[in-house]
Formats: sequence, structure tokens, C-alpha cells
Amino acid sequence: MFNNEMKLEFISKSSNEAFARLTVAAFASQLDPTIEELADIKTAVSEAVTNSIVHGYDKKQGIVKICAWLKENEIIIEISDKGKGIENVEQAKEPLYTTKPNLERSGMGFTIMESFMDTMEVESVVGLGTKVTMSKIIKPKEEKEEDEFKMLMTNT
Amino acid sequence: MESKFYEEDKLLVLKITSEIDDHNVQEIRRKADYEMERYMPKRVIFDFDSVTFMDSSGIGLIIGRYKFANMIGAKLELSNLTRKCKKNF
Repeated sequence: MFNNEMKLEFISKSSNEAFARLTVAAFASQLDPTIEELADIKTAVSEAVTNSIVHGYDKKQGIVKICAWLKENEIIIEISDKGKGIENVEQAKEPLYTTKPNLERSGMGFTIMESFMDTMEVESVVGLGTKVTMSKIIKPKEEKEEDEFKMLMTNT
Repeated sequence: MESKFYEEDKLLVLKITSEIDDHNVQEIRRKADYEMERYMPKRVIFDFDSVTFMDSSGIGLIIGRYKFANMIGAKLELSNLTRKCKKNF
């Protein structure tokens, strides 16, 4: 069962990217993450929301929806749009692949989501929209301290 | 973004003072290119000291500025990259 749940909807304006990642980070802070874990979540959310705005809606106005759940020590984040969808998800996930290279897009969005979060799944239907689901386990403080101790021991 | 040009060294320092995301990147790009064209430096340093957030749009920004600097014959350097920014590269 989930311990907590939130939903957020906003229009596809790029100024909402900061709003979205800060809101999710505030929600995630209930799990007592480190600054680095929080930065990972913020970056992953920023990538997904930017994708929805820039590619999904492509200058048209639409609604970006974020649902997030806290389950034990895990956060699950679902970011969806009703935009144009992705034709080839596997190709879109490839590092450096971008459909807008002329606009200096790096093509690293999905790669960053994949590497900064523990899991990442993309569901997309052309003409209907895209949904990205990501999760990350936030280790409890004691475990982090134990890990640090182990690191110290192995280094000496 | 704050900029400072050191005439004797032909050095242009561009200090990014905002978060780097898809929304802010256009303004940073416009200003950076404007300053580079205006001073025609030999060396450009991007100072990341005040950058508290950067996503993949920052990678596109740097690659784009690297190309632009090359075009005008300048060398591009990045300084004060925090761990958060470095992770993206």
C-alpha cells in the first residue's frame, strides 16, 4: 500500500519546469533524502516534464500531469501528457538521439532519467500521449551511515 | 548571467547565475553568444559556481557554445563545476 500520494496538473509552459521539479522534490523530502538524491529526482522530473512540453505538445498548449506516491522508502513518479506521442520509444531512449538537433538539444533526457532513478518505463501511443513512470528508493539514514562506514573500512 | 572581459588576456568570464533548464537556457545562450561576438575573446570561461541546478539542456548549451567559441577562434573552459553539474556530463 502507498503511504502518501499527490497529483499535480499544469499547462505546458516552460516556466512550469522549475515549479514541477521543486514540487516533486518537496513531496519527496518526506522520505528524508540526501541533497544528492533530491538533485537526482529534480533532474529526472525536469527531463520528463521538458520532454512533454517540448516534444509532446511542441509549442501547443496542453496539460502535463504528475502523480507521485510514497511507498515505504520508495518514491514513484508518473509524468504524463496527452501530446503527440513517441513513434519509436527504443530509439528515443538512445543516448544522443534527438529529433530537434538544430535547437541544441542534447538527446540525453531519457538517459539521465534512467541513470538518476532506479527504474524508468515509457508508455507512448502516437496521437494520444506519453507516460513516463520512474521510481527511486531513498535509503534510510542508518543504512547510509553504514554504507559510509563500509566505504571507509574498505579504503583503509 | 554576469560577464566580465579582461582586455589584456582577451579573456571573457561568463558567470551563470540562474538554474540551467530548458526555460532559462535560451536567455543564457543569447547573452553568451552576444558577449562572445562583442568582445571576440581568445579564451572563454563559463563559471558554474552559482549554478544550483542543471539538466540535459545544459549539455546542449555547452556543446553549442563550444562550437560557437571554436568558430570565433576562442578556447572554452568550464570552471567551478559542482558534483551535481558534473554528474550530467
